[in-house]
Amino acid sequence: MASAREEILARIRNAKVPAAPQVVRGYNRKGPGGVEMFAERVADYRAIVHTVSGVPEALAPLKGKRIVAPQGVPQEWLIDGVTWLHEPLSIEDLDRADGVLTGCAVAIADTGTIVLDGGEAQGRRALTLLPDYHLCVVRADQIAASVPEALERLESTRPLTFISGPSATSDIELNRVEGVHGPRTLEVLIVT
Amino acid sequence: MARNPVTWLGSPTFPKAAHKALADTQLRQNLRKATGTIRARRAAAVIEMNDWEQLRVAGEQIKDDVLARLDTLLVQLEESVTARGGVVHWARDAAEANQIVLDLCREENANEVVKVKSMATAEIGLNEALEAGGVHAIETDLAELIVQLGDDRPSHILVPAIHRNRSEIREIFQRRMGVEVSDEPADLAEAARVYLRQKFLTTKVAVSGANFAVADTGSIVVLESEGNGRMCLTLPETLITVMGIEKLVPTWQDLEVFLQLLPRSSTAERMNPYTSVWTGVTPGDGPQKFHLVLIDNGRTATLEDSIGRQALRCIRCSACLNVCPVYERTGGQSYGSVYPGPIGAILTPQLVGDMHDPQAASLPYASSLCGACFEVCPVRIDIPSVLTHLRAEVVEAKGRTAESIAMAAAAWMFREASRYEKAQKAGALARFLARDGRITSLPWPGSKWTSSRDVPAPSAESFRSWWRKNRG
Amino acid sequence: MRVKVALFATCLTDTFFPSTARAVVRLLERLGCSVEFPLDQTCCGQMHFNTGYRDHTKPLARKYTDVFKGYDFVVAPSGSCAGMVREIHPTLGESPPRTFELAEFLVDVLGVTDVGAWFPHRVTYHPTCHSLRMLGVGDKPMALLRAVKGLDLVELPDSTQCCGFGGTFAIKNAETSTAMLADKMRCVLDTGAEVLSAGDNSCLMHIGGGLSRLRAGVRPVHLAEILASTEEDPWRATP
Repeated sequence: MASAREEILARIRNAKVPAAPQVVRGYNRKGPGGVEMFAERVADYRAIVHTVSGVPEALAPLKGKRIVAPQGVPQEWLIDGVTWLHEPLSIEDLDRADGVLTGCAVAIADTGTIVLDGGEAQGRRALTLLPDYHLCVVRADQIAASVPEALERLESTRPLTFISGPSATSDIELNRVEGVHGPRTLEVLIVT
Repeated sequence: MARNPVTWLGSPTFPKAAHKALADTQLRQNLRKATGTIRARRAAAVIEMNDWEQLRVAGEQIKDDVLARLDTLLVQLEESVTARGGVVHWARDAAEANQIVLDLCREENANEVVKVKSMATAEIGLNEALEAGGVHAIETDLAELIVQLGDDRPSHILVPAIHRNRSEIREIFQRRMGVEVSDEPADLAEAARVYLRQKFLTTKVAVSGANFAVADTGSIVVLESEGNGRMCLTLPETLITVMGIEKLVPTWQDLEVFLQLLPRSSTAERMNPYTSVWTGVTPGDGPQKFHLVLIDNGRTATLEDSIGRQALRCIRCSACLNVCPVYERTGGQSYGSVYPGPIGAILTPQLVGDMHDPQAASLPYASSLCGACFEVCPVRIDIPSVLTHLRAEVVEAKGRTAESIAMAAAAWMFREASRYEKAQKAGALARFLARDGRITSLPWPGSKWTSSRDVPAPSAESFRSWWRKNRG
Repeated sequence: MRVKVALFATCLTDTFFPSTARAVVRLLERLGCSVEFPLDQTCCGQMHFNTGYRDHTKPLARKYTDVFKGYDFVVAPSGSCAGMVREIHPTLGESPPRTFELAEFLVDVLGVTDVGAWFPHRVTYHPTCHSLRMLGVGDKPMALLRAVKGLDLVELPDSTQCCGFGGTFAIKNAETSTAMLADKMRCVLDTGAEVLSAGDNSCLMHIGGGLSRLRAGVRPVHLAEILASTEEDPWRATP
């Protein structure tokens, strides 16, 4: 008996689907983009957005809290008065943390999205998932105008998380409500 | 061959199921409200895109290319996933897929799994199969959880509990979770958060579907809103992803099209809250064992049909459900399948693959062919054309019926103007049935019309006889 | 030069609504066209095709091509039948002559929106699904109606939703069809209009049949009859 793999592949070949024409990519690959559009669209999802010139000054509200700091977070962000939690961290540690401070890999102006790729200042995926508060620092030069531009800048084989606003659901009467399993508060610092 | 669980055993034909659903005033109200809301929001999300049509065309073409090169791309996907530490499994049908997943759970000694919402696993009846094998599947998507806790069936692709309003959800949660909760959506969401939190933190195996799989990199993509997906895809030790063989895109770049089309079409957002992308296994981050189960379950048979195969372009956004006037009134359960609405009406019968099955054969007729579904479909599936195509298959399967005899007679009559004119004159005699120019009651099958509408009496003088008299 | 037009009356209008076809003739002639009605015409085959009787449709599509070949323009007072000819006949191997729904013929080919009509009634308009989505007739019927003297045009809420006719759908899924009809009638009644107009007598027969059953006091009138009506020769209800 042929394996499922061989049989499925044979059935596909047997269907003799004709070759498709070349894909026409007539859509916009670029967009107006910019800090302003990004800020406006992140805020549309009820994320809290600040445009700042320096990070450390903007972190004062974290004082007195237990905040996860992934590897690679710049030393100057680790201000006094905050209990910084560093790896290794257990699931329980993360669950008990007050929040997490990260950078990002790329952001998308058109959709108000931040993308994490597990690189510097982002850490593994659980770090930005279990704490109920996520503060993400986005540099202006990290903001891509459009989805196509953003994908071009990303390495697809890294574990990626696209985040557009706080956790939400549309499952009750098809209207959006914020706050289910992921961080219920997303705060974005745009550094210009 | 085992029955394909894509349709629910014992489901009545569409008109019979609709008869019951139409009388459910709560259901009608819930659906009117929910579909009305999402229709308006989707329209707003799409209108701000000046390249929407170009994106749709690209989406259609990329998916057509996938279908044309499916064998090569699947093998490529298998290679890329394997190279990154994943294990790929192939399943011809539901039973085979369910067995693979069950065996994997047993290997991990898991008697419980957390699940991300997935149409593929719903299609194959995975939860029931796992349960029978001693493994309990916990649905973590809010709407799936509502369905699961309510011992209910899904009625929508994106929001399986769309037929439930907030007060019904509250009642289900109070009864099954044993908590006091208000009917505020935010409070209901909070109740689900608390209820599932420990499960996420402790369960060792997760099962997911996939929105897309990138053939050349082996990357799998899941779009979601709540964060339950991220929990399942990140915290457990083992991840089992079940996906239909058509869910591929050839390259990473192709995703730029679908990541724009899907969120706006489904939840009417510029982007859904969370999208996760992973490729095989990443040391130190997320599940360290990854299994990908590729399922056929009627797809290759669908692929053989040159018109019907476009249903395999579907990216499960549910925009067609939300705009469908039939769906809005009958709800999803009337379709007797996890795939309801216009896409269900063309996909389900093809996956079942047997037009002698009266339930499946009734689905292509569950449409007025108004075309609203085609208009919103992000991958331009011409659903009305597939519907009429499948209707022809139904007619062929049914053979000689009262209807086919009447249709043959009508066609014979229309082939010659002289016969048609005679029939017109004979028909004009029906004026004796009329009072004040209207007929209020006809014998079967006309009674199906006159049960709710009058019929105008045929005119005493047809247009053609007027023309002949005055202009001929 | 006079534009020569062949009228495709459609079987439904020919048999049940001859006043609509007569109105098309009057209107097009008033606008300077010469109108012919090839007597050999019957039906475009839509009912057969949409119900799954593709084989029975083919000879009817062939007949249509034969009857109308040689005409530069064929005009039908039906978006649905024009859509059948234009979109479906080619899939059956036919190359049908150019066939237009009335409103698109007036606006696109003749280039008129003010056809000199007079119709002193409160009217609402239902844009039928096939006109809207198969042919993309868009706003043309509304533009024509807006130019009609004396006409009080009221917008129909949720106008783009199907009325529930759908050919044999109205029989095979009669109850769902009726549920759709109920909502459409509610929208029509909400406008307070005295006349419901559309470009398809099939949909008008459906909505009108429901309104008639309810004795709702709203009369269905095809777009052609409104546009044909003038102060000199005003529209009259046909019994």
